[in-house]
Amino acid sequence: MDTNLMVFGAMAGIACLAAIGVVAFNNPVRSALCLVVNFFVLAFIYFALNAQLLGITQILVYTGAIMVLFLFVIMLLNLGAPQALMEKRDSKPLLGVVVGAGLAGLIAFQVLYPMMATQAPPRAANDFGTPENIGRTLFTTYALPFELASVLLLVGIVGAILLAKRRIG
Amino acid sequence: MVEWLRDNPTVLALVRVLVFVVPILLLVPGFIWWERRLLSWMQDRIGPNRTGTFTIRGRKIRTFGLLQPIADGVKLFLKEDVTPNTVDRVLYFLAPMVALFPAFALGGTLPFAPWLHESPGEAGMWAMWTPIANVDIGILYVMAISSLGVYGVVLAGYASNNKYSLLGGLRSSAQLISYELAMGVSLAAIVMASGSLKMTEMVRTQESALWGAFPWIQNWFLFTPFGLVAGLIFLICMVAETNRAPFDLPEAENEIIAGYHTEYSSMKFAVFFMGEYAAMFVFGGVFATVFLGGYNLLPVNWAACAESIPSMAGFFDFMGKLNYYGAPAWFLLKCFAGITFYIWLRATLPRLRYDQLMSLGWKTLLPLAVANFIVVAIWIMGNAAYPPFGGLVAAGAAAILVVLLYLNLMALQKKGTTSLEKRQVALVDPAPARRSVTMVEPGRRS
Repeated sequence: MDTNLMVFGAMAGIACLAAIGVVAFNNPVRSALCLVVNFFVLAFIYFALNAQLLGITQILVYTGAIMVLFLFVIMLLNLGAPQALMEKRDSKPLLGVVVGAGLAGLIAFQVLYPMMATQAPPRAANDFGTPENIGRTLFTTYALPFELASVLLLVGIVGAILLAKRRIG
Repeated sequence: MVEWLRDNPTVLALVRVLVFVVPILLLVPGFIWWERRLLSWMQDRIGPNRTGTFTIRGRKIRTFGLLQPIADGVKLFLKEDVTPNTVDRVLYFLAPMVALFPAFALGGTLPFAPWLHESPGEAGMWAMWTPIANVDIGILYVMAISSLGVYGVVLAGYASNNKYSLLGGLRSSAQLISYELAMGVSLAAIVMASGSLKMTEMVRTQESALWGAFPWIQNWFLFTPFGLVAGLIFLICMVAETNRAPFDLPEAENEIIAGYHTEYSSMKFAVFFMGEYAAMFVFGGVFATVFLGGYNLLPVNWAACAESIPSMAGFFDFMGKLNYYGAPAWFLLKCFAGITFYIWLRATLPRLRYDQLMSLGWKTLLPLAVANFIVVAIWIMGNAAYPPFGGLVAAGAAAILVVLLYLNLMALQKKGTTSLEKRQVALVDPAPARRSVTMVEPGRRS
């Protein structure tokens, strides 16, 4: 077994365990922390794939900002009691299992199908994940989708301000 | 040995990490001593100056209390480690470790010596040892890791199961979220100006001619107008990020006891303490790298000087060599200056109130950083379109416009809202000094 596979296996294993932990823990703070670990390790997998910018954005945005907000809210509400969080038994878990299995099958198909093909899959250039290349691609080939995404984000920000603003008088 | 290391990049990487981390670990006690002594000098006290005074054959050998932090360390090791009954055990033990990690990981992309340089002597002597990883995302890495610093505090606050600790953790997370934005935007302006996210490239950009006009002086970003603004914003934000005075609300002792580390004792508390000082040190290094020319001793291009004043070329060559070979020392010096600045701030400024903290972050630093960012963008555009002075004119106009816009907005906002109450002290007698002083002697009664 080569080193690459071992490193990937270790990181993927931690990520999977953390992902299971997110749904398995009763304590919301622990679930959130498992999610943090998952995001963090995922970033390392991106690094290993030479996608530096994607990896660091993962840490910066998800681990550093979004999860901090999550924890902040959880602590602010102080959701301590696990009993209050136990879900009622209804059809939702069954639906979740079906959809989850479907998603897993889809992803497995996407991963396994190219592997079974006879010819080698195309390889990305070694420096495809550098900020320079991503920036150039975003602002030339994908300028329109990029700008549309930024407009979407702007709408989100304005919406958040509108929702959060108190009406005076 | 060196050849062997070159052939084993994994071991070399480990050695690089040790070369960076071990000095910090060794220096932390020194920082604590320096903080206590400097604070006491600034506050007209003596401070710890006794520990480590030996008497050998009747002669006293003074070490200025340098052994005090060692004694403190021994004390912290041997103290009883109290773990309250109702804490969340796993997170309680995890929190100090999580707090320590970002402080040391932060320096992963900091170059403390020239990286592949055309300079006197062999090129790239230091390249083997620094930075730990010369990646394309250097400054983003610093941002990402510094944003992880909040987890240790938040976890400690939550796990302690103590209202005061929780309040400290909440304050810390709110503070970090607020100040990270301004920090990121101020750094983004610098990234645009230097044209690279690599830390090594940023330092090299700062070695170019000052304002593109004076080849003898280096263009440290702190010397440029936009860099000065960004530098000040970054400086304030980095104090807030490390939870130091005047932004130490998460551990404000007169409001919430000791904040997030109220329930921690013995070595666990020491780990928090160590993390704080290491973070201060490394943030000083980040500031030095991004704004203060990194590992260069003085903002002087010695090679250019030697070219224009041939009669003193020998001296300039010597200085260039000194600058090159002593690079880690100069970098250390700048980090040390950063720590001293932190201590100075602590001795000077009182702690902010919570609303002051929030309004400083969101209403002052963030708009200023964004305005700076826009001005830099317009400057680069102008320079590209009309080469010699186009950028300058455009940036000047943009700066004036942005300031006017901000003032206008502030005036509009002021019209709509009533300002918060202002506190003032009203003297009962407005002019007490003008009264003639009448003394009543103890013996006589009138």
